[in-house]
Amino acid sequence: MSVLTDAITSALGTDVQFDNRQRPSSVICCTVPVEKFAEAAWVLKKKAFALLAAEWASDETPFGRGFCVFACYRWGKEYLIVKSELPSDNPQFPSLTRRYLPAYRFERQIQSLMGITPVGHPDSRPWIKFEDWPEDAWPLRKSFDASKPMPRVAGEYEWIKAEGEGVYEIPVGPVHAGIIEPGHFRFQAVGEDIINLEERLGYVHKGIEKKFESLLWEEGYRLAGRVSGDTTVAHSLAYCMALESMTGRCDLQPSCNVPERANWLRAIFLERERIANHLGDIGAICNDAAFAFMLYQMSRLKEMILRTNHKLFGHRFMMDKVIPGGVVVDIDSEGKKEILSELDSISKDFEKLVVIYDESPSLEDRVRDTGVLRPEIARELCVVGIAARASGLNLDCRIFNPFPPYDQYDRIELGVPVLITGDVHARTWVRVQETRESIRIIRYMLENLPDGEIASTFNPPSPGIYGFAAVEGWRGEIIYWLQSGPKGEINRCMVRDPSSVNWLGLEQAIPGNIVPDFPLCNKSFNQSYSGHDL
Amino acid sequence: MIRILRQIFRTGIVTEPLSTEIIPEVEEVGIRLEEAVRKRFRGSLAIRQVDAGSCNGCELEIHAINNPIYNCERFGIHFTASPRFADMLLVTGPVTHNMEIALRRTYNATPPPKIVVAVGDCGCNGGIFGESYASLGGIDKVIPVNVLIHGCPPTPVALLQGILKAIE
Repeated sequence: MSVLTDAITSALGTDVQFDNRQRPSSVICCTVPVEKFAEAAWVLKKKAFALLAAEWASDETPFGRGFCVFACYRWGKEYLIVKSELPSDNPQFPSLTRRYLPAYRFERQIQSLMGITPVGHPDSRPWIKFEDWPEDAWPLRKSFDASKPMPRVAGEYEWIKAEGEGVYEIPVGPVHAGIIEPGHFRFQAVGEDIINLEERLGYVHKGIEKKFESLLWEEGYRLAGRVSGDTTVAHSLAYCMALESMTGRCDLQPSCNVPERANWLRAIFLERERIANHLGDIGAICNDAAFAFMLYQMSRLKEMILRTNHKLFGHRFMMDKVIPGGVVVDIDSEGKKEILSELDSISKDFEKLVVIYDESPSLEDRVRDTGVLRPEIARELCVVGIAARASGLNLDCRIFNPFPPYDQYDRIELGVPVLITGDVHARTWVRVQETRESIRIIRYMLENLPDGEIASTFNPPSPGIYGFAAVEGWRGEIIYWLQSGPKGEINRCMVRDPSSVNWLGLEQAIPGNIVPDFPLCNKSFNQSYSGHDL
Repeated sequence: MIRILRQIFRTGIVTEPLSTEIIPEVEEVGIRLEEAVRKRFRGSLAIRQVDAGSCNGCELEIHAINNPIYNCERFGIHFTASPRFADMLLVTGPVTHNMEIALRRTYNATPPPKIVVAVGDCGCNGGIFGESYASLGGIDKVIPVNVLIHGCPPTPVALLQGILKAIE
């Protein structure tokens, strides 16, 4: 037994039924009566100090049932999914928002897209669903015809207002000044000081979760690779691992029938993606503090990685290179040499630039104590990834929920940087340290790459089971949860990008800063809009 | 300061001379781009980029044409913050239901004559997302498009070629 299951069974007793349809077996799924859904959350928080990783719903009408609502909790290396069944008429469940803050948006999203009411939620405004959608448009329901365009209706979105002498409002977006994704930010400010930031996202909602349901299992990895273009390897890897957990010959380890060499190649791709994005981000953060020198230097190094990717793997971002069962490209000895010499030259320049970053007082003045996300708030918000590690939360799926090959601790030793200041500098410095670690482990993996096949045959999963995978992308933990339908098709694909929780972190880090520092703070989080809006 | 200067001088100019570009066409693309921008836009082509629903992949490559290696500013191309100053809209797609109005407004805010370039497979025809309740498909479903740049995402060289095609 584990801490989470112990906590929930000792508090709820026989109300807890374990569900053996969940794969891999390291992830526990249990059913509780819907009236105990919120009580379970409270127990897990108070007794086991669990974090809420995701909350979602599924439409089970193809099975002749109503709906199900799920909440996934994490503690250390354990994941526990708590599930409640709901009737098809007037489905509702007790809201978790007063216990777990990240549920705030998950539940608004469940209500907007699945039409299930979280009872007791403090905010009934839709999320992702805009005011001009028809009220009964719930795209994730099976009865919704996703192929038709939606009509627009009249409606208005109510913004949070601030009042008082000298208080004014700055609306920004959705089309921003730079080359970035669309989203709307609304600041309430007094003079230069921001007193509140409200985000409004959903502009790039492309219906990805619904689209998955019309695809074959073996096609899904391509769509997963386009959930967030900058994280294409990690997203398609998470999808493939969740799928492989449902089809593996043994279900003790996810993707256990994926050849060893393929697992190592996947990790090399994942770390290269991390390095490329971190280099770009470090440069862009400095650029937003008017230190353009660093942007040009770092983007030069980033371009080197992308070009090597293109040359060796046929795509600058390695899109569609991870497939169910393995990978599609191999590395030969020439390729190894090429990557090693590329890393040598990047690492040499990178270290010089880090010294410059560290020794520029004017830059330091901008990045320190700016955009602080305090550790206790970060914990309440259950943030993940870079933002978590910069705010004192020691979380990294590669270490705490290791997937192959990171589960070979004795071979792939990984150091995770954790800082507690939670400011722009901390988020930059976590990236600096992670870049160094990634370079180091890519070198190790190349020198010790196991021999063998790079892909195994893939068989579709059996009907009515669930798959799960968590992968540490460069932003943080990415979660995929899959459900096969009664005919073995994709019934539901839940995608949880790290941005889905971390956007709340940005909102909390901003008040108290000055308006001109917002781009700097925003860049230090560098969230995905597309990964959040889906 | 001395470190910064040393790093700058040691790095030197990394912008690739046109003749050694990985793809031979670019040798020509660059020269022709510069020529076209000089002749038709008095040496300065202002582009407003609009993300109408992309996955951010195309944005990364549009960033890349601004990096010191492709350095599109040497041809007189620069990205502007406001559509009011733009000669060209570089639009990535698919156009989502939720971005349609914002895209129309941006188009209307751009002074004529204006050129619209649709970027990426999704911008051209909706790509993998196709047409659905949330995605309207390619950019031309919402605003008139002059040139298409295919690719998922298009490489920086393909982007430069597409921009050239649009202004020549």
